[in-house]
This record gives sequence, structure tokens and C-alpha cells, in this order.
Amino acid sequence: MVYINIFFSEIYKIIFLLLPVLVSVALIVWLDRRVWAFVQKRKGPNVVGPFGLLQTLADALKFIFKEIIIPASANKIIFILAPIVTLTLSLVAWAVIPFSNEMVLANINVGILYLFAVSSLSVYGIIMGGWASNSKYPFLGAIRSAAQMISYEVSIGIIIVNVLLCVGSLNLNKIVLAQENVWFIFPLFPMFIVFFISALAETNRPPFDLPEAESELVAGYQTEYSGMMYAMFWLGEYANILLLCALGSILFLGGWLSPINIYPFNLLPGFFWMIFKILGLFILFSLVKAVVPRYRFDQLMRLGWKIFLPLSLIWVILTASFLFFLDMLPTTG
Amino acid sequence: MLAHSLFFYFFSTVTVFAAIMVTVSRNTVYSVFFLILVFITTSILFIMIGAEFLGMIMLIVYVGAVAVLFLFVVMMLDTAEHPAQKSIRKGFVNNITVGSIVGVIIFLELIVVVAGWKYKGTFVPLSSINLNTSNTHALGNVLYTDYIHLFQISGMILLVSMIGAITLTFTKKENVKKQNYFDQLQRDKESAVSLVEVKSNEGVKIDD
Repeated sequence: MVYINIFFSEIYKIIFLLLPVLVSVALIVWLDRRVWAFVQKRKGPNVVGPFGLLQTLADALKFIFKEIIIPASANKIIFILAPIVTLTLSLVAWAVIPFSNEMVLANINVGILYLFAVSSLSVYGIIMGGWASNSKYPFLGAIRSAAQMISYEVSIGIIIVNVLLCVGSLNLNKIVLAQENVWFIFPLFPMFIVFFISALAETNRPPFDLPEAESELVAGYQTEYSGMMYAMFWLGEYANILLLCALGSILFLGGWLSPINIYPFNLLPGFFWMIFKILGLFILFSLVKAVVPRYRFDQLMRLGWKIFLPLSLIWVILTASFLFFLDMLPTTG
Repeated sequence: MLAHSLFFYFFSTVTVFAAIMVTVSRNTVYSVFFLILVFITTSILFIMIGAEFLGMIMLIVYVGAVAVLFLFVVMMLDTAEHPAQKSIRKGFVNNITVGSIVGVIIFLELIVVVAGWKYKGTFVPLSSINLNTSNTHALGNVLYTDYIHLFQISGMILLVSMIGAITLTFTKKENVKKQNYFDQLQRDKESAVSLVEVKSNEGVKIDD
């Protein structure tokens, strides 16, 4: 009986985490298109529902009722598995994201490593989709995407090391609490910029959307997908973007802490601050999408390996020596 | 404890099954996917015995980096399309002797390791480990103090192998135009655009 109780209480928590994430993914797609349209002086989706808020829901309904087409030469099992892997991985990572001191599904003490591991697994959905389609454009897109994600993960990993040096713990809640006095964006500002650009590349957002560069590769690894399977790729992609925004706000913007710890700001629960910060980062993401042209592939690789990697490595050494010589190294676990 | 052991048996069965499928499956890409499954379930087993840091590192390093490269190589090799069953059987007969010798040696080594486990020395005295800290801190405390030389030597070995791999694949290509970013950024209207009078039947020569 005890097991059944534990099982059901966990299931209920998971559902209450996942439903808001999925709904916010739908809203975020709308927000993305609205910001994009705003920058380009268009209207954007504004017909379905108030302010066009229900546009994504209408799109999702359309996807559900479309036929799923599996190409004759495709590898069926892996073709079907690929979008499932993408969506699952992008949702599974939310288990460790703290929305306030208590609002976290799994407060594990290697939280940041878990997030990093899950985001490094998300390359498989893309490779599987690209290979299983058995077609030229998807395969090229998948190879580009894998190379890109692996290169930028390296710099994200080293940036995380920077933050961990200042915290002394791998627990996400402790990372947030360590920023009570000053958010890490101030001492580590260059690393925040590098993290932001690497996050754009990690999620295949413009200007690094080479895996699905529509002018060269039709739709990259998604070319052969249709109906709900395409929608799953799409949901997974946006959930991943939100996840990296959440990671950015935890690492640099103080997570669920309020900006200043004085009376009127304290009133709002941490949950709202977390949402505000994620939204703010996301609006930055979509502004970048609207104003920047696409990179060339060799420029992308050069930026990742020759500029970001040395820069973040140097910054690790700087941070470590600064903390060591000023005797500010964190002590407790 | 019941749930724990149920999960343990489930994941270890999956591990063993996937490990067998790595060698048995005909399609090489499937083999790599089963290998990835082995890595993932192994890291889950690590986490279940309380070694969460090792489990996560296993996921990041093996699944996130090594297996992706395996997958790349296998996909590029194009062996998945032609199973060529005949040649596999032929190879089976030819290589059975060497294969079984290697297998027996590995099996004997495993027996030696398992049996010798009882007589192992204590590498890190338990008294030196602070039991109140997390696994990650304890690991770091041992790795960066008592074993710092071994740690640095292993880093050096990795560095050497990396440099070796780069020099093996690095070829300087002739006749390939490379963009110089500084030159590119310093171009202005005067140096980049010029008005040319084109004579008929002669044309102009640009890009020299």
C-alpha cells in the first residue's frame, strides 16, 4: 500500500509540473511569433481567441488530425522513436528545476549535472530523425545539428564550472541561494553573454538554425515528418528553449529570488520571479531571432571552438584564482 | 526495499539484454543504439547504489559524447544497408579460434579480479573520508589531494592522444581559399567596389 501511495503522489506531482510546462510551451510559441512580428512591424497571429492566444491550440488541433506519413524507405522503428525521444528528454529535464525553495519535483544534489546530461542526450532525437528518414536533406541537417550541439555543449559545460566554483555545490537550489547577495550575472557578465549565445546554438535557434536552414535544407531533420510527429519535434524544441532560459535564470539571474530583498518585492512568491526571468530571457531569444541573419557553418564552428572555448577556459582560471587568492572559496557542501 | 530490488532487477535485465543485442543485432546502427541503452541503464544502476556523480558523468561522457561519435562513424560507413550475411558466416569460421582465445583470456581476467577483490588493499583509508559531505565533495577531496599526480598524468595522456588525433587528420590543403576575418572586416567601400569599363569582346579580369 505504501508503494501505491508514493506512486500516486508522485504521479500527481509530475502531472502538475508537466501540464503547466506544456501549456506554457503553447503560449511561448504564440509569444515568439508576436515578438517576431512586432520587430518586423507585422501583426502576427491575432485572430484566434483574445490577442490570438489560442492560435497554438488551433495549430495543435490541426496537427492532430493530419495523417502521419512514414516514407517507404524509412527505418520505421527509429523514425517513430525520434520525436518521442526529443519530447521526452525535453520534459524530463524539468524535474529538477526549482520554482521556489520548496517547489521542486526532485531536489537532487547533482541537479546541474542531471540537466547537463539530459541536454546532451537531446542530440539523439535529431540524429535518429535525420538518419531514419533515409533522405539527403534530413541527414545533412542531422549531421550539422549534432556537430553544432556537441561543440556548444563544451562551452556551456565550462560556463557551468565557472558558476559552480562560486557556489560549491551541484544542487540547483543551493546555486540559487548562493546568489542571495549578488546575482552571478554581475561578477560573471562575459560568461552570461557566452552562455546566452551558446544556448541559442544549443537549441538550434536563429542565427544558428543551420540544422533546419529552410533556404538550403528544406526543413533539415524534420523534412520527412508530418502530423503529430512533427508537432512533437516542435514541442520538444520549444520546451528545450524554455529549459535553457530556466537554466540561464538559475545560473545567472538568481532563479526564484526577488531582485531586491525589501518589502514590496518580497510579497510576490518566488514562483513568479522565476517565471518573469524565464520570460525575459525568452523575449531576448525571440528578439535575436527577429534581427540577426543566419551564420555560415564554418563561422559557427570557429565561434564555438576558437573563441568561446578559450574565453570560458580563461575565465575559469580567472574565477578560480580570484576566489583562491581572496580566500572566498565556498567551503561547505 | 522491495521496490528498490524490483527496479534493480528490471534495469540489470535490460542492461544484460541490451549488451547481448549489441553483438547479436545485424544492423550496426541498432548495435550502437543498444550500446547507448547499456550506458544509460548502467548509469541508472550507478545512481541506484548511491553513486549519483559517477552515474551522471557516465551519461554526459559516454552517452552525450562518445556514443554520438560511434553513431556518426557507423552511419557514415554505410554497413547498415548491406548485411552481407554470407561473408559474416565465412568470417565466423575463420575468426572463431582467435575470438574464443580472446574471450577465454577476458573471462580468466574477470575471475582473477573478482576473486582478488577479497585481498585488495585499502586504497583510501575510510577514516580520511568525511562522511558528512556529499559524494562529489568526497571524490574531489580524494582525487585532488592523494591522487593528484595520477589525475594529472591521465589528463596528460588524454592531451597527447588528442594532439595525436589532430595531427593525424590535419592536412594542409592547397588551392583552397580561406576567409581571413580581419581582412574581411576591414573592407570598405573604396577597396571593395570599383567601377570598371567593360570593352566588348574582351571583358574584364576580376578576382585576381
